[in-house]
Amino acid sequence: MLRDITLGQYYQTDSVIHRLDPRVKLAATIIFIISLFLFDGIAGYVVAAAFLVLVIKLSRVPFKFMVKGMKAIVFLLMITVVFNMFLTPGEPLVTLWKLKITKEGVKTAVTMAIRLVFLVIGSSVMTLTTTPNHLTDGMEKMMSPLKKIKLPVHEIAMMMSIALRFIPILMEETDKIMKAQIARGADFESGNLIKKAKSMVPLLVPLFISAFRRANDLAMAMEARCYRGGEHRTKMKPLHYERRDYIAYLVVIGYLIVGIAAGKIVGML
Amino acid sequence: MGIIKIKDLVFEYIRRDEEGNVEGITKAVDDVNLDIKQGDFVAILGHNGSGKSTLAKHMNAILYPSEGTVWVDGKNTMNEEDVWDIRQTAGMVFQNPDNQIIGQIVEEDVGFGPENMGVATKEIWERVEESLKAVGMYEFRKHSPNKLSGGQKQRVSIAGVIAMHPKCIILDEPTAMLDPKGRKEVIRAIRALNDVEKITVILITHYMEEVIYADKVYVMDKGKVTMQGTPKEVFSRVEELKELRLDVPQVTLLAHELRKEGFPIPQGILTKEDFREAILKCQEEF
Repeated sequence: MLRDITLGQYYQTDSVIHRLDPRVKLAATIIFIISLFLFDGIAGYVVAAAFLVLVIKLSRVPFKFMVKGMKAIVFLLMITVVFNMFLTPGEPLVTLWKLKITKEGVKTAVTMAIRLVFLVIGSSVMTLTTTPNHLTDGMEKMMSPLKKIKLPVHEIAMMMSIALRFIPILMEETDKIMKAQIARGADFESGNLIKKAKSMVPLLVPLFISAFRRANDLAMAMEARCYRGGEHRTKMKPLHYERRDYIAYLVVIGYLIVGIAAGKIVGML
Repeated sequence: MGIIKIKDLVFEYIRRDEEGNVEGITKAVDDVNLDIKQGDFVAILGHNGSGKSTLAKHMNAILYPSEGTVWVDGKNTMNEEDVWDIRQTAGMVFQNPDNQIIGQIVEEDVGFGPENMGVATKEIWERVEESLKAVGMYEFRKHSPNKLSGGQKQRVSIAGVIAMHPKCIILDEPTAMLDPKGRKEVIRAIRALNDVEKITVILITHYMEEVIYADKVYVMDKGKVTMQGTPKEVFSRVEELKELRLDVPQVTLLAHELRKEGFPIPQGILTKEDFREAILKCQEEF
């Protein structure tokens, strides 16, 4: 049961977006998120929506996978919308007892909802089209200037990729320990929240011990294979910008300009 | 001097109680002398706690001797500046396949060693290809290691070491966690390395069947080397091996028992083929 959980939600297919350099995708996602807060008014969001639709079409990932990510934020979305609707002061539209929905409130609520939805879909496009490995590679390369201020960029990236590699293994281990405990009469299902949390202790202790043991073994195996940090290290799959990556950068910048311009033009009318 | 030479090696573990006071000193390896020739297939046998894994870790500069000296390809493991050369010369494969695979894709894991050594990208790819082919895992190069069987994972680990172009591979109980099928796969891969690629192999194990092809066998007990010789010589001493809580291969045991009953069967029979011949010879004589 626990084994079915997969981290990251990479969708395997071949598309232009999949083939882009991870750095481009990271930068584009950040620019897209910033743009959502930069744009003002409906015109900007139309441009953002058009851009998003274009990217999703190019990525060949079925739209339903994008929506999957939405489930996690439905609750957050509802709260945001409700609070903004009722608590923004301004011209009242509907009055229910002491609460009133204001015109400004509706406007902010809708804007916030659009921003949140686009933000989630925008970042899912990145995670759906990039393998976790590629993503850590991209981050390592992007953050490499930070090495100058003594930030252990390579080490952080290495830790992230090792964590990703060990998630399924530790999941399996949890499953095994859980079954062993159940076989000896442990109960993980019944009781209230506190009781359930307490019953997790006999699960976590052996899990931690085995995780430390694994970490020790892995460190030894890495040292035996001459690992000594990021210096003097070459890459098996180095990141290169191709022509399509430069084009992608131009497209993203173009999108930003068009979005801002559209907002200004509509505002002037 | 051979590829690995060990002289008067002693390694001590210091046991401490809960307050950190020294309770006693255990000698995990006690006065061991070895000289391993380039190109040999050497097996080190011993039951749990005999010090064989500790000895192996000295050959890769993971542990350092308390007393005595270890030379790998003429380099003393105590010299700090030679450590990386030594680890490249003498690659090491560990027991648990899950805890030694670093990459998330088979080919990336095999490339990990060469990456650390600073090999150029193009050559890394060549090395990855040739080492995966050498262990017969090339068609799995794009797979996730989590989806492979134990034997396959262990072969990937071996490929990861071969990609560093070592002169010698030390395998520390590589088959202990595998099923019989996986064990066979791994042993076949190891033998091919020794026969075809001429890499020196040091196999640490407690499975007797795995050592019958070795050029030389060392048996360890309580940190000391108690027996050494060719597999034939070592397995002729069935009673002594039994005392060390080591099993001999079934055919060898059968031959030994028959011999005790007075059948004219020579000592040190290791394979079914040898046994068959010996029995046929008996028939002729009667």
